[in-house]
Amino acid sequence: MVPIAADVSAYLARRARWSPLEIAFWIFAFATIWLFPSKHLILTETAILALFAVSLDLILGYAGIISLGQAAFFGLAGYFSGLVAKYGIINEPVIALVFSGLVAAALGFVTSFLVLRGSDLTRLMVTLGVALMLGELANRFSNITGGADGLQGVAIAPVLGLFRFDLFGHTGYVYCLIVLFVSFVIARRIVYSPFGLSLRSLKGNPLRAAAIGIPVDRRLVAIYTVAAGFAGLAGALLTQTTAFCSLDVLSFERSADLLLVLIIGGTGYLYGGLIGAVIYKFLQDWIASLTPQYWQFWIGFVLVAIVLVGRERIEEWGRVTRAFIMRLGARMFARPTAAPDRP
Amino acid sequence: MLTILFDGVAYGMLLFVLACGLSVTLGLMNFINLAHGAFAMAGGYCTVILVNRIGVPFALGLPIAFVATAALGGLFERTLYVHVYRRSHLDQVLFTIGLVFMSVAAVDYVMGSSQQFVLIPQALQGQFIVFGVGMSKYRLLIILICGLLTVALQLIIAKTRFGSRLRAAVDDQRVARGLGINVGAVFAVTFAFGSGLAGLGGALGAEILGLDPTFPLKYLIYFLIVVTVGGTTSITGPFLASILLGIADVAGKYYVPKLGAFVIYTIMIVVLIWRPQGLFARTTAR
Amino acid sequence: MPILETIGLEKRFGGIVAAHDVSLAIEKGARHALIGPNGAGKTTVINLLTGVLKPTAGTIMLDGRDITTLAPYRRVRLGMARTFQINQLFADLTPLESIGLAVSEQLGCGGDWWRLLGSKSAVTGAIAEIIERFRLADVMHERTAILPYGKQRLLEIALAFACRPHVLLLDEPAAGVPEAERHELLATIAALPDEVTVLLIEHDMDLVFSFADRISVLVNGGLLVEGSPEDVARDPRVKSVYLGEELDA
Repeated sequence: MVPIAADVSAYLARRARWSPLEIAFWIFAFATIWLFPSKHLILTETAILALFAVSLDLILGYAGIISLGQAAFFGLAGYFSGLVAKYGIINEPVIALVFSGLVAAALGFVTSFLVLRGSDLTRLMVTLGVALMLGELANRFSNITGGADGLQGVAIAPVLGLFRFDLFGHTGYVYCLIVLFVSFVIARRIVYSPFGLSLRSLKGNPLRAAAIGIPVDRRLVAIYTVAAGFAGLAGALLTQTTAFCSLDVLSFERSADLLLVLIIGGTGYLYGGLIGAVIYKFLQDWIASLTPQYWQFWIGFVLVAIVLVGRERIEEWGRVTRAFIMRLGARMFARPTAAPDRP
Repeated sequence: MLTILFDGVAYGMLLFVLACGLSVTLGLMNFINLAHGAFAMAGGYCTVILVNRIGVPFALGLPIAFVATAALGGLFERTLYVHVYRRSHLDQVLFTIGLVFMSVAAVDYVMGSSQQFVLIPQALQGQFIVFGVGMSKYRLLIILICGLLTVALQLIIAKTRFGSRLRAAVDDQRVARGLGINVGAVFAVTFAFGSGLAGLGGALGAEILGLDPTFPLKYLIYFLIVVTVGGTTSITGPFLASILLGIADVAGKYYVPKLGAFVIYTIMIVVLIWRPQGLFARTTAR
Repeated sequence: MPILETIGLEKRFGGIVAAHDVSLAIEKGARHALIGPNGAGKTTVINLLTGVLKPTAGTIMLDGRDITTLAPYRRVRLGMARTFQINQLFADLTPLESIGLAVSEQLGCGGDWWRLLGSKSAVTGAIAEIIERFRLADVMHERTAILPYGKQRLLEIALAFACRPHVLLLDEPAAGVPEAERHELLATIAALPDEVTVLLIEHDMDLVFSFADRISVLVNGGLLVEGSPEDVARDPRVKSVYLGEELDA
């Protein structure tokens, strides 16, 4: 074997390995179950938002599709899960969750063909249009969806028949956190796979990607569908943990706020959605206590500020901070360098 | 049915005046300005304050709305937008969404969230009956004003020196600069003018479209559809697109009330699939 | 049977004829050069061959198979790869990642989403081999955007080569490469395996005449002459095309 091959092999294996920082992150995330027992309700919202943000990162950060309509998949699954629970079609939440995700993915698949061609503006329009259309549909068919009042009378059965949803959100939080973790692991796998790398290539240079044999359109359809499914999971989780679903799950504001969440955290490395969700929720909590009604103003302000300061500059700070923390972590968790993996 | 046609045309022309600024901005600087509707809203509220609260006559309120919004547009352009031109489309989207959010919240805070109505002079209320077709006087005024504006715009673009500079800059910015055209100045003036038109549209349209702080977000998709269907390389493209959309929307909502709103969405999707560069755009690639 | 053949290939852009009646027949293992003055339509021909442009008329046959209507990525899978005159690279990826992509696609596992990249020894072996061949070992972990131009040009060819093509189309590989890095590039091109058929577009006549065993001359979208390097060098029409240009200029 050519000597470089071992080097190549080792490098690729090493870059996909879970870093100590990542492991610490998830240990801490699960520890919050016991560390902050009184905050489970807001933590649940954060976990749901994080999953939603990861879904956007997959298409925006990795495949380069600007979308103002992720709420379409979020809301569709939200209503679907609420309706199947309300009418007793699917009683067990986990099964309902999976089906809701599939329904959202199906919508993603069907609409994916609209975002293949065209410029950024076209993609914006199409995604925005689909979300608005669904919102309009939900509004019109208020006899099914409950319209502006929201879906009433939703009762969610215990998870796996064992864990009942309680008023304090304990079951809800553990449930959401587990779903978030499992989804994240899947997303991480996708991102480090050949498929994931091909996404980054066609984001940067679709012409060359096609010229090395990558079926660009097929990959885009695939990731758009998967991302829609993830967004759907998040939407279903929201309905299941709150036993309620209303029109704002399909609103423009939801898609726009999601963009902000992801931008705060940074795109293209998967953890941006998680970090952004945490920061966003903190901000929201803080600002809402100061000026409850005009939260939207400050969201707008943050967006304008971020752009004026420059995302690259902010991402650079983020990268520097992460590198610093990683070096700290490496020193704290210092261990002998592992032997290169055999291919 | 002819009334519907009439209403649709009025609605469409209003849409055109509102959206043409967005179209030119996109075609000229390749800049996606999602906050365009905020200028329309500004014009509307300006007129409301002038006419309802201060008692300025309606006929004066409209041009003042135009000038005020144009000035506002010019100010924003020089102080804020100019920093974002060279950024990616994502940055432009984020930036302008931020501006919309800020303006919506600000107007909500200052003016309250209820719908506003402009006090229309007595002379413009009611309708004419011509050959059995009812034509609302106000809508007739809209068609008149917007029609004149469209003609004026077309003349400016086609016959004046500024117009030819604008067309050159839209066609190829780099070459235009190379010819000594001050593209920055062209853009500032165009942006201000487009915002002014939007403001005028907002003022005129308050009666028909409704005016409340959520206006920029509610009608965002309509403006975007006009621009997408009409393309960004001409004035006639968005004009025809607006008329088409106006008639389709009014007719759709009348004949199929349950699904009427979907008519324009359907048109949008069909056009985007069939001709991504717009129904009426030139086919030269950009 | 020629491995790459075009029959009456034509491309019009409105009233402009970029290429017309281009008929080439390239044998397996050939080292074929396509030359001609600027604007003759050479890159247009490559774009037609690879499917980036659709021909107005004519057919393209790869290894006996009609590929005229196939999408670009399908042609790559059938064994035709190209390089670009102006580097088309993945700026944010490293050479290792870029080549890894091409190799994975070629081995049919580019769409695998459940596996980690690099878990297949066939893939890592192929990556290593190509990095060696194209002398990219010292920069394989750097971001492509910061590589020196010569290395980028090598990567450009490496990417195409990673597709294990039967036919390799090189569009002015030496363009813009500084003198110091030229030798490495030319040596690499000369060392391409014999089974790979190469169609080369070049202006650098030294490279053309040292490398090619057959030359086609394209002028104003049409084929003027085709033959061995000696024949083409002697052909008076070729001389007048090149020299005539100089006199007019």
